[in-house]
Amino acid sequence: MSTQDIIDTLAGIEPGSVLDAIRARRLQARENAQKSYLSLFEPIDASDVSLLERAAVAAFVTGLHGESPVAAFYREKLAASAGGAALLELIDAEIARGKTSGPYGSYPAGPLSVENTAGLIYRVSAASKPSLGARLAAVLEHAHLLVFRPRDAAAADMNVLLDAGWSTTGIVTFSQLVAFLAFQVRVVSGLRTLAAVNAHKEAAS
Amino acid sequence: MSSAVNPPVAFTQDELDWVSWIDPLPEAELTERHYAGLVDRSRAKSEYFRLLVRDPEVLEARTKTDKDIFYNVADGLPRAERELAAAATSRYNGCIYCASVHARFASTYSKRRDDVQRLLDAGIKADLGERWNAVVKASVALAATPIAFGPDNIEELRRAGLDDAEIVDVINGASFFNWANRLMLSLGEPST
Repeated sequence: MSTQDIIDTLAGIEPGSVLDAIRARRLQARENAQKSYLSLFEPIDASDVSLLERAAVAAFVTGLHGESPVAAFYREKLAASAGGAALLELIDAEIARGKTSGPYGSYPAGPLSVENTAGLIYRVSAASKPSLGARLAAVLEHAHLLVFRPRDAAAADMNVLLDAGWSTTGIVTFSQLVAFLAFQVRVVSGLRTLAAVNAHKEAAS
Repeated sequence: MSSAVNPPVAFTQDELDWVSWIDPLPEAELTERHYAGLVDRSRAKSEYFRLLVRDPEVLEARTKTDKDIFYNVADGLPRAERELAAAATSRYNGCIYCASVHARFASTYSKRRDDVQRLLDAGIKADLGERWNAVVKASVALAATPIAFGPDNIEELRRAGLDDAEIVDVINGASFFNWANRLMLSLGEPST
């Protein structure tokens, strides 16, 4: 593959290292995590979700997870996207407004109701909404739900997105993008943690 | 989407249906590009996969990632414990559908159906023995936002007997379900 593996890059995995060899044992997963990234960020068809929308949502979603090499990577990706520089400060401000701890949310009424946990119901700031536009504002609000309180999702959320101008295919792609990032940011975090524990051990021995 | 939806109100190992909130592609409209995205042609019968196949390239890559993380058992963590990581993640995120499927797999491969049921009934604090506790705790720490996974989780997994390759299987399996849970929870709902 011509592009460098994005998870290896973000996790700091060097060719020939122990973790490089371990990842090589799941070659299909490694290659297809990469293909997932490429098909979301370099799609053959961006007609339902624009490249700028993808970059803006990615910067927002990874930023909500806290500062990390992944968040820095997607922030730079937004900055480098056509029209992205104008959105950077807006997205940064929305990340600051939306930061909280998850997962929380409600279950269908019944025995699990005792586990219902209240938390932030994020809405884009009224001041930023005109600059973001209705499409992006709606999708940032839904992305926040997907990150922190996915069990709150309801059929009505689909209508909100459709009313804001999203196509059914656009909703699928956008949902995949947010959900993929939830995966990617965790794999990178887990691998970095393992590498750091091992490096610490080596330094101590 | 024909019959009435009857959402389950508790975690279960029973088989559930899943009903989409938005329109899947009709089977009659699927092209070879879509079948490539489905990977297994038989998945054209599933409403969930016919919805996701609206973006075939992403679905294909996701499906192949999923299959290798869970089904490639030539080495590494036993399948039962990969399924346990998936079930624990789903229990914590609150995905009743995903938890039902992967709790069932965890039971099948471990023969510890009662322990799996205790994870579903009592939740992520259920005492399932040192090794399973370590896998559940690591999965839950990874699922939290901000991510709470740290060196203590690695040490616990090691004390429970996992080597680095097996720990990476836990990381992959648990992380993957943060992908799956969000799709299953937000594009439709389970029905008994």
